[in-house]
Amino acid sequence: MNLNPLRLSPQTLRRSRPWAVLLSLAAAFVTWELVSRFSGLPAFILPAPEQVAVRFWRALRQDNLLLHTAVTLSEILLGLLSGTLTAVGLGYAVAKSRLFERLAAPYLVASQAIPVVAIAPLLVIWFGPGMFSKVLICALIVFFPVLVNTVVGLRAVPRALHDLMRSLRARRGQIIRLLEVPAALPVLLGGLRIGATLSVIGAVVGELVGADRGLGFLINTARGLYDTALVFVAVFTLIALALALYALVAGLEKKFLSWQESHE
Amino acid sequence: MVPPILTVRELSVTFPDSNGGLDALGSASFEIYPQEFVCLLGPSGSGKSTLLRVLAGLLQPTGGEVVFAGGQPKIGMVFQQANLMPWRTALENITLPLELENVPPAERRARAQALIELVGLSGFEQAWPRDLSGGMAQRVAIARALIHDPDLLLLDEPFGSLDALTRERMWEELSRIWQARQKTVLMVTHSIGESLFLADRVLVLSQRPGRVKFEMKVDLPRPRADEMRYTPHFSKLAKRLKEAIE
Repeated sequence: MNLNPLRLSPQTLRRSRPWAVLLSLAAAFVTWELVSRFSGLPAFILPAPEQVAVRFWRALRQDNLLLHTAVTLSEILLGLLSGTLTAVGLGYAVAKSRLFERLAAPYLVASQAIPVVAIAPLLVIWFGPGMFSKVLICALIVFFPVLVNTVVGLRAVPRALHDLMRSLRARRGQIIRLLEVPAALPVLLGGLRIGATLSVIGAVVGELVGADRGLGFLINTARGLYDTALVFVAVFTLIALALALYALVAGLEKKFLSWQESHE
Repeated sequence: MVPPILTVRELSVTFPDSNGGLDALGSASFEIYPQEFVCLLGPSGSGKSTLLRVLAGLLQPTGGEVVFAGGQPKIGMVFQQANLMPWRTALENITLPLELENVPPAERRARAQALIELVGLSGFEQAWPRDLSGGMAQRVAIARALIHDPDLLLLDEPFGSLDALTRERMWEELSRIWQARQKTVLMVTHSIGESLFLADRVLVLSQRPGRVKFEMKVDLPRPRADEMRYTPHFSKLAKRLKEAIE
């Protein structure tokens, strides 16, 4: 699965001109408007932009859109956090211990080989339709890319810098804090960028399988009622969440990796 | 006479290897006295760097012993490459050893300031390592090795990666810094000229497994200047070292 087919690095996004982005958005909206107006498709197949906008305001007041968004966002953030913490912890052990790597490798590879979508129903059966099963699905989907990037990042720490720290009699904790974390951070944040996007997918998959709240639940309900405008509202909200998360990680990269930026 | 600050007795290092092990060092013995500048000279593969790694505590010797007067010494080390942390500015790289000793930030800065002037880095405090030339980066590395006031300074061919002109300027700088700070220095090199320019005493290591096979005092007056390298006495010393190596 190619997770980032356009190779949208924060640098590419930052370099894109705001007016170009606006222009391309405007073009998309105009196309949508024209297709919905002249194709003769009914609104339950393709609602017009203004119908979706109206539905958005109504969803805010009547359909608890904010509550569903808050639920999904909480699942995403909790899943991202727990998945990342577990992956970084295990990744550290794998990078540091050949024995642990050999013991854990089959399970780690298996965790990646099983599509989360396939075991999502199982997790919902086991852990119920509440938030916990979704947090778990998010954590699972986030786990592997963050783990791999942690291992790669830690393995890339130059040996010579380890020698330097040891010649200065640095303690274990100091080596982690002052050498390994900052050295592995660029790759680790790269993994988190992928993980953040995947985590949105995880939450929605979980909610579609079985939930009583959340944006995925809203999509399911709206689909059953042929309220396609509401499906659009939920999808756009999800896109906004994914973009916000992406921007958050990009912001972290900008803050912590300014030393890396090349001159332009 | 003053007792030595460092005594190395019959030190040997054997690396595990498929055919019985590789002897990098075989029974090397020597002493270093306080505030002395000693160069360790030898052909490549004579175990010079291995010896330095043992003294820095990076490698366990297979045999023999290393005795420091006054117990566990503080080490300042300069490597062949500047070996800076790319995510830290020049100043932050220099103050790393103080951070490891939990010295408060204000004091770290104050102690760095004097050194920055001494090694000629004024104005480059906030530069990232990627923006420093090889010579400037190595100055940062030297300042970093000095800032925590080490008992012993270990230099592992610190100028090997610099171009000839920069290297010779760095000799003069290092000589000046050494005189200002009065440190005990052990420097590994394979350049006869470098060792004569800098050292009080030169130890020559044999081919692998390395041991000290020749020792020579360098009785050239200080401060040493470039012209000195063209005097007959300098040539005579250089010739003796050359013969000792071969």
